[in-house]
Amino acid sequence: MAETTSRKFTRVMGILEENNHDPARLIPILQQVQEDYRYLPEDVMTFIATSLDLPPSHVFGVATFYAHFTLIPKGKHIIRLCDGTACHVRGSEHILNALHQKLKLSSAKHTTDDMLFTVECVSCLGACGLAPVMVLDEKVHSKMTPENAINLIDKILEVESGGVTSAENEKKEEAVA
Amino acid sequence: MIDTAKTLTLNNSQVQIADERNLLEVARKAGIDIPTFCYHSDLSIYGACRLCLVEVEGRGIVAACSTKPEAGMVVRTHTEEIRRMRKVAIELMLANHDQNCMLCPKNMHCKLQSLARQFGIDTVRFKRTFHRRPVDRSSLSLVRDPNKCILCGDCVRACDEVQGIGAIGFAGRGASSSVVPAFGKDLADVECVNCGLCATVCPVGALTPRDDVDAVWHEVNNPEKKVVVQIAPAVRVALGEVFGGHPGTIEVGRIVAALRAIGFDEVYDTSFAADMTVVEEATEFIDRKLNGGVLPQFTSCCPAWVKYAEQFLSDLLPNLSSCRSPQQMFGPTAKKVLPKKLGVSRENLIVVSIMPCTAKKFECKQTKFQTDGVWDVDYVLTTQELGRMIQEAGIRFNELEPAQFDMPFGFKTGGGVIFGATGGVTEAVLRYAVAKIKGVKLDNFEFVEVRGDQNIREADFNIDGTKISLCVVYGLGNARKVADMIRKGEKQYDLIEVMACPLGCVGGAGQPVTTDWAVRRWRADGLYDADKQLQLHSAQENHLLTATYDEYFEGGVGGHTAHELLHTTYHNRKRIQGVSMPVSQSEGTPALQISVCVGTSCFIRGSQALLQKIVEYLLDNELSHIVSVDATFCTENCDRGPTVCVGEQMIFKATIEDVVKVIKEKLAEVKT
Repeated sequence: MAETTSRKFTRVMGILEENNHDPARLIPILQQVQEDYRYLPEDVMTFIATSLDLPPSHVFGVATFYAHFTLIPKGKHIIRLCDGTACHVRGSEHILNALHQKLKLSSAKHTTDDMLFTVECVSCLGACGLAPVMVLDEKVHSKMTPENAINLIDKILEVESGGVTSAENEKKEEAVA
Repeated sequence: MIDTAKTLTLNNSQVQIADERNLLEVARKAGIDIPTFCYHSDLSIYGACRLCLVEVEGRGIVAACSTKPEAGMVVRTHTEEIRRMRKVAIELMLANHDQNCMLCPKNMHCKLQSLARQFGIDTVRFKRTFHRRPVDRSSLSLVRDPNKCILCGDCVRACDEVQGIGAIGFAGRGASSSVVPAFGKDLADVECVNCGLCATVCPVGALTPRDDVDAVWHEVNNPEKKVVVQIAPAVRVALGEVFGGHPGTIEVGRIVAALRAIGFDEVYDTSFAADMTVVEEATEFIDRKLNGGVLPQFTSCCPAWVKYAEQFLSDLLPNLSSCRSPQQMFGPTAKKVLPKKLGVSRENLIVVSIMPCTAKKFECKQTKFQTDGVWDVDYVLTTQELGRMIQEAGIRFNELEPAQFDMPFGFKTGGGVIFGATGGVTEAVLRYAVAKIKGVKLDNFEFVEVRGDQNIREADFNIDGTKISLCVVYGLGNARKVADMIRKGEKQYDLIEVMACPLGCVGGAGQPVTTDWAVRRWRADGLYDADKQLQLHSAQENHLLTATYDEYFEGGVGGHTAHELLHTTYHNRKRIQGVSMPVSQSEGTPALQISVCVGTSCFIRGSQALLQKIVEYLLDNELSHIVSVDATFCTENCDRGPTVCVGEQMIFKATIEDVVKVIKEKLAEVKT
C-alpha cells in the first residue's frame, strides 16, 4: 500500500512536470491522473490547482463538466453498455438488467462493493451496426446478449479469484471463436 | 452633427457610433434598455442569458452584447419574433426557479421579477423542472441560495475577473449545471473574502448579504442592554436611496434621528474612529518611513483585502499596517469608555455597526477582536438592513427632523469622513502626516492628486525633502497586480491603499444594490462635499479624540493601550478547508504521521521535492510500513515554509536533514 500511494503521487508530479505546469493543459493532466487513480480525488485536484496556480473551483468545474471524468472511485473493471437508439431497440435494457442483477447494482449504484466492477450506461458508442454494444475494459463486444454478458463477468471473476490466469482465459476465448 | 459614415439605424432612428463595444451599449446610449442578465460593462462578455437578442438586417437574430456595432447596420430591438423569444427565455428561467418571490430577500429588487412583470408574463407554459437544494448559510457575510440561481455567471466572473479569486465557479453541465464553491463546499470553507461583489452583481436572490436585523431588534428591545450604534462614512451618502433620494445626498442628520427612533441608546460616528485610525496609521507610517521600517505600508481598513492578503500574499503580511479598521477601533474604545459614562456593565453594552460592507460582518466575529471574552463589536448591519429596519419600524424617513450625534464619539473631522471613498484613507493620512512632518497647520487640506476613478492610481509628494510615493487601488485583482510589481521590484511605493469594492466603500456590497458607476461616483462626491461642510479636516484637529487619548489611552497615540486596543496582528490563512492527500500509508495505525505542506508558498519553496525525499528515505530505511505521509494544504505558516509536521512537532524552513533527524527522535520515543 505504502508503495502504491507514493508511486501514484510521484506519477502526479511527473504528469504535472510533463505538461510544464501549464494551466492550458488542465484537461490532459486530469485525464492522465484519472488513468492512475481511476477517478479524480478531491485532494489530488486541489494539489493540481495549487501547482497550476488555478482556483480549485476552476479545476472542479472542468472535472464535473466532462462525462469522461469521475469524482467517485470506479471499479477495477469498467463495463460501458450502450443505450443509444440502435442498441436500445435491440434490447440493451435486458443486458443492463442482467448485469445489475448479477452484480447487485442499480441505476443509482454503479460500482460493486468489492470495487471490482463498474457498470455505466452510455448514449451511443458510434458502433450502431454492431448493436447492442458493450465495452469491457476498453474491449468492444458486439451483438451482446444477457447470457454472453454474464459469461464475460464470470470469466473475470474466475481470474480474480485466482482460479485461472487471464492468459488461459484468452486462449479459451480464441478456441470458442 | 451626425457623421453618416459612423451611424447605424436603431429601430427607426439614426444613432452615432462612438467607442461602444457592442450593440447593447449603443442602444443604451440611444435611450433603449435592452434586457440582459449577464452583461456587465466591467466583466467579460458571456452571452449566456439570451435576453439581449436583436434583429440585424442581413444577419438575423444576434445577441446584442456580443455583436460589434458597424456603420450602416439596421437593428431592430423589439420585433414580434424578438419579444416572443425573450418571453420564452424568461419563462424557461422561471420554470427552473424558486418562485416564492415574497419570501426572497431580493423581493422588489430582482431583475427576473421585474422583467417577468415588464413582459407581462402571467403563466409559465413549460413543465416545472425545479428541485429544491440546500441553502448555504455557512458564511458570516453572505447567503448562497442555489434555488434562485439563473446561471448567468455574473458572480463567477466578478469573483474571478475583478477580485482575482475564483471562490465560486460553474460545476456540472446542462441541466445539472450549478454555481458552487470548489468541490461543492460551503462558502465559509473556501477562499471567499466576503467582499460581496457577487451579491452586488447577482440579478436575482441567489447571493445576498446575510441578514442580522432580527438579532439587533432583539437587543434594542431588551431593557437590560444599552445598545450603541456607529455609522460608517459611506452609509450617509447611500441610505437615502432606499427612500427615493438621489445617490450622494448626505442624510446623516436623518439617519441619526431614525436610529434614535428605532431605540438605539447612543448614536455615534465611525468617522471618529477613522480619525483615530488616521493618527495611528500615519504615526506608524512616519515611523516606518523615517526609521527604516518595512515599506511599502499597506492600509488595513478593508477586511476583504486583509483576508485576501492573509490567504494569497503571505510574504507581504509584514507590510500590512498593524492598525485595526475604524470599526474595530471603535468597538474596544466604546467598551472601555462607555460603561462608566452610561452606567452599564461591559457585558450589557452592545455595539452595533452600520456598514456599507458585508465583509465587516466576518471581521467583527474574528476571535482576535474580543477583549476579556466580550466582542469588541457585537453586530454589523449593512446599509440595506438599516433601510429595512427603518421601514419595519414604520418611520417616515423623509419627514424626520435631522438630529445630532451623541458625544464624544459623534465628533469627527473631514479626514474621517472621506474614508468611504477610494483614496480617502490616503488623503486623510497625508493631511495628518504632511502637517506633522512640516510642523504647521495646512492651508489647503485637499490632496486631489489621490482622488479619482481609476482603479490603480499613483501620486508622489515631496514634503520638505522627504519623498513619499503613494498608490491607491480598488479591486483585489488590481491589488494583486500591484503586489506582483512590488515583488518583482518593478515599482516602489511607500504607502498603498487597498479597497476591495468599486470606488471604495461607497460601492460596497451592503449598500443599496447598484452596478451603476454614476451612482457610486455621486456617493463619493457626497463624501467630499461632507468633508467641505465640516469645520475641521485633519484628524489631529479632533479635540475630542485628543481628550479620549489623554484620559483613556496610556502612552497616547501608538502607546501601550493603543497597541492593545487599536492594533492587531495577521496570520496566514488557508484557502480551502479539510483536504489532505495521502502520499504514503503505513500498514494499520501509523507509529508516526508526517504532514508536508504543499500549499502555494511551500510549493514555491520546494516542498514537493522535499516530500519525495521523505518518501524515498522511508522506503530506503524500511520505515514506510510504520510511518504515514500526507501532503496537506497550508498549515498557515506560509512565511516560514516549507513546513513539515512530524508527529506533533512542526519544522519550519525544513530540509530533509531536519526532517530525518526528527523522524529518528520520534521513532526512538515510540519504541521506548
